[in-house]
Amino acid sequence: MQVYLPIAEMSVNALLVLGMGWLVGFLSGMFGVGGGFLMTPLLIFIGVPPAIAVGTQANQLVAASVSGVLAHWRRGNVDVKLGVVMLGGGVLGTAVGVWIFNILQRLGQIDIAITLSYVFFLGTIGGLMLVESSRAILRRRAPTAKRGKLHRHIWLHGLPFKMRFHRSKLYISALLPAGIGAVGGMLVAIMGIGGGFLLVPAMIYLLNMPAGLVAGTSLFQIIFTTAAATLLQAATNQTVDAMLALLLLVGGVIGAQFGTRAGSRLRGETARLALALIVVAVALKLAWDLFSRPDDLFTLTMGLR
Amino acid sequence: MAMPSKRRLAQGIAALAGLLAGGTLAATVWAQQLVADLSSHLVAITTGFTGTEVVLFGTTDGPGDVAIVVTGPRGTATVRRKQRVAGMWMNTDNVRFEQVPSFYTVAVSRPLDQLLGRGVLERHQLGLPQLQFPADVGLLPPEEQAAFRAALIRNKQREGLYAISLGQVAFLGERLFRTNIYFPANVPTGLYNVEALLIRDGDVVSAQTTPLVVSKIGFSAELSDFARNRPITYGVAAVVGAIAAGWAAGAAFRRV
Repeated sequence: MQVYLPIAEMSVNALLVLGMGWLVGFLSGMFGVGGGFLMTPLLIFIGVPPAIAVGTQANQLVAASVSGVLAHWRRGNVDVKLGVVMLGGGVLGTAVGVWIFNILQRLGQIDIAITLSYVFFLGTIGGLMLVESSRAILRRRAPTAKRGKLHRHIWLHGLPFKMRFHRSKLYISALLPAGIGAVGGMLVAIMGIGGGFLLVPAMIYLLNMPAGLVAGTSLFQIIFTTAAATLLQAATNQTVDAMLALLLLVGGVIGAQFGTRAGSRLRGETARLALALIVVAVALKLAWDLFSRPDDLFTLTMGLR
Repeated sequence: MAMPSKRRLAQGIAALAGLLAGGTLAATVWAQQLVADLSSHLVAITTGFTGTEVVLFGTTDGPGDVAIVVTGPRGTATVRRKQRVAGMWMNTDNVRFEQVPSFYTVAVSRPLDQLLGRGVLERHQLGLPQLQFPADVGLLPPEEQAAFRAALIRNKQREGLYAISLGQVAFLGERLFRTNIYFPANVPTGLYNVEALLIRDGDVVSAQTTPLVVSKIGFSAELSDFARNRPITYGVAAVVGAIAAGWAAGAAFRRV
């Protein structure tokens, strides 16, 4: 069934887009990542202009994260206090990100900057997660190995403005979650994604947050950053296609429900290994595109953009 | 050049709309040597739009050949070239072209090179090699300019907006002719120009221009008007809609 997208000005197969939304929604519910890093390349692959892919999927991520947070909320897996502190940093980070974006745009190299940051962040985070989760799985298989310390104290935990987060059973500096939120906010502005793939491991490894709370809390924060991104994109670039967003979110919200359930059945390290493999695969694909000779060295853009 | 005032008025309006590059209508139109019309003057893009065909039909006052040129609204186009920098392929230089037709097809009753000489083809911008659009090339050498021009046409052809081969104008008997004009799903919206040319003895002896509107209709039109005219309200509506949809889905799944 073909459906015409009024803002993208093209016709797409509705079932294909619904399926893509479902898949990304499933991963979003399972791992607590927004899935934007997957959705943007997928949409561009089926021919949606990059600017509209970024603007529209911000809109669909709002719905996916609301539905995801609801599911986590019912299981008591959202630390609202920590989420709000992260959001505070997120607002600051978004402002800085918009400023950096403008500088890159003036230099005329925004495309390559976006791809390079995708490759760098996805490659680094994915690689680290891959190593960590496979080690954890190996350790599980060898029960004789000694159990690591429950809480490792690093210099980050010595920062001032200590705050107590009852839900997460943490007593840490507020600067830590705010800083993570700020980096996430910058990614929203520059790469047009929720930033969950960076937030989730940061919360696990830097904050030592209980794994069960990470997905719900990061999704809680992503609702607000993606809502802000949607507003900005619609108001300044008119790149939010409500029809495309509707298709993606119908698939996405259903997928997120299944994903949340599947995720609760998965062991933490198995889920992290699966996510790490997907992240590394996307990074490798983007790096391949960057270094291999394109079919046509010339590209065409109509209009003044 | 004596022209009926109605004709001149129509031409003036079209020129105002910025649709006609200079010289397209230079041929004198003599009354009724050629009459052509479209099966529909509106291509309506609805939610289920997957492309459509419009039939052009007409008659001539005697033997001759016919060429049909369909030109979409003209605008700016930027062609960027990638080069290898530190192993990566990145955009290094670009050329901006002005007055590039967003859509361009030609249909003929016989191959063009058999009908007209190079000069006449150029005067009427008949066929892709003769299509003209000014470029801001700076200090680029001519062979580079040609490469960018060819890239523009190649990209447009890949999108299906410039025809790869010439279409066929079929004659029914000596005077009656018809051709099908195909518009793909990604056809740009705007005011199109459909030009019918009557060709005799290696020259264009008559021409007629018919307007064609490609426009979004119904829900898709309302949505894109909303997004363009009230962008902030549209953004708020998109966010509120997304929150409601997420909430509804979450609530629906609670019972399961």
